[in-house]
Amino acid sequence: MINKWRAVFRGQKAIQICSAVVLFFFIVMLLAPWIAPHDPVKVNLLEKLDGPSVEHWLGTDHLGRDNLSRLIYGARISIGFAALIFLSSLIIGVVVGSVSGYVGGWVDSLLMRLCEGIMAFPNLVLVLGIVGIFGPGLMQVLLALMMVQWVYYARVCRNMVVSLRERNFITAARISGSSSWSIIRRHIIPNVQRPIVVMGTLEMGWAIMDISALSFLGLGIQPPNAEWGAMIHEGTSYMRSHPELMIYPGLLILAVVITFNILGEALSERFGVAKR
Amino acid sequence: MISYIGKRMISIIPIVFVATLVTFALIHISPVDPAEAYLTAAHIYPTPEVLEQKRHEFGLDQPLLTQYLNTIKRMAKMDFGTSYLTNKPVWDEVKSRLPATVELALWSMLFSALVSIPLGILAAVYKNSWIDRVSRGISYFGASIPQFWLGYLLIFLFSVKLDWLPVEGRGTWENLVLPTITLSLVLIAVYTRLLRSSMLEQMQETYVQYARTRGLRERSILLKHVLKIAISPLITGMGMNLGKLLTGTIIVEQVFSWPGFGRYFVDAIFNRDIPVIQCYVFLAACLFIVCNLLVDLVQLYMDPRISTKGRAEL
Repeated sequence: MINKWRAVFRGQKAIQICSAVVLFFFIVMLLAPWIAPHDPVKVNLLEKLDGPSVEHWLGTDHLGRDNLSRLIYGARISIGFAALIFLSSLIIGVVVGSVSGYVGGWVDSLLMRLCEGIMAFPNLVLVLGIVGIFGPGLMQVLLALMMVQWVYYARVCRNMVVSLRERNFITAARISGSSSWSIIRRHIIPNVQRPIVVMGTLEMGWAIMDISALSFLGLGIQPPNAEWGAMIHEGTSYMRSHPELMIYPGLLILAVVITFNILGEALSERFGVAKR
Repeated sequence: MISYIGKRMISIIPIVFVATLVTFALIHISPVDPAEAYLTAAHIYPTPEVLEQKRHEFGLDQPLLTQYLNTIKRMAKMDFGTSYLTNKPVWDEVKSRLPATVELALWSMLFSALVSIPLGILAAVYKNSWIDRVSRGISYFGASIPQFWLGYLLIFLFSVKLDWLPVEGRGTWENLVLPTITLSLVLIAVYTRLLRSSMLEQMQETYVQYARTRGLRERSILLKHVLKIAISPLITGMGMNLGKLLTGTIIVEQVFSWPGFGRYFVDAIFNRDIPVIQCYVFLAACLFIVCNLLVDLVQLYMDPRISTKGRAEL
């Protein structure tokens, strides 16, 4: 298993570099309380809109909060929640997709019609609709993105299962008395790994963008908490005098998302799987 | 061919049906009672009597199925109820804001096509050259940059620093430049890659070799034969990426204070103006479905083989 994944990296410079960058951001995110030099929400009006100094490497914002600390804590929301959305929609999608493909019949057609219904809406429009009904807030955003994203995993998984179901090794497993669940776990999940890794990598990029867009609209994170999209929004009010306030968080979003996109592309080439 | 068109038309009926169901379900999964949301938005204190009266008025005391059928009946007549906030019919307000959004969307489609078609062709013809690398760079950049941030960067550069273009508003052509560029970049990113890969695929085909052997000029082979077929996936791509365009207008209208439907929708979200939210979500789905149908029909016109092969790969 480990060897198999090690082979993915061998000789693949793009995959190596991007994975290292992703790992770096995850470490920063997890260690935020220890790395960040200041409290990200501590207001100090005496030091507002200061330039870079030894104390505040990237200066302070309009409430005198340390920019660097806010950027570091912002990674927790932007990347952390994207990962959460990815994992939860993955789990729902794989379970629904496997069941749908494996059981077949009316269960399959019912679940697939549901997926098609959700896919009939442009993604973010439905997310905004759900957030609009439930009201603004990070949890609502999380829930809405999850409710919309799982369908893609479900579809891929279901199609894989349907094409695998008739193959000889599955029939052999069934004849030899394996239970449905162990067939799904032992034979089907290993086969859907690759397309799902590719989809998941690309999805991380989208999720980060979606979360930041919703925060920018004021629907995601609520002040005073730091999140990159919300920080850009706050920074725009000081665009004339302190453009760096909106430039730093934007650069971080761009860097993270571009890394995930390049990684996704490289992985899909490596595995030879088509993208969504 | 006619039977194919007919089948394709019928196939959208269940999707529209599910879309109405999802739109309808939106209110009923809500933790907030629409009657209460109405009273809050209208600044009326929700006493039990007023609440009961409103619930009756909205038909919320009827069985779910009756409510659903009534909703469909109203939607078919383009009646989306009245806004909780202004008490005016939602559809009238939407009608006055639609032209601004449509204007923005059409200009962006035009601009992105004008940039991505030549760029995609050049990237395919001069594969792995500097122009291919530049187009790849633009694609990654366009797909990864948050749209609202791009909008503000453009405002910062062209309005604040250089003072060439206005920051916000609508009316003159100058107002259109920045929003159009902001909205187009992500589309350019997608279209360029699509066209490049489908051009490369077509250039491997035997008819190209044959044309070369016949001694046709490379340029006329590319533009007259290869492009004609290679453009077909691009048209599908345009239909499939309509969602990006639509959500893009929401963001861009917010950044540039563009008085369109997207801004109206965001305002409605903040005020929990449920009829407006429902109206936007439903119309977006309809637009999405209809455009995908149109794309299929355009493709059928360009490549009549589809009708015998079955539905194009979507």
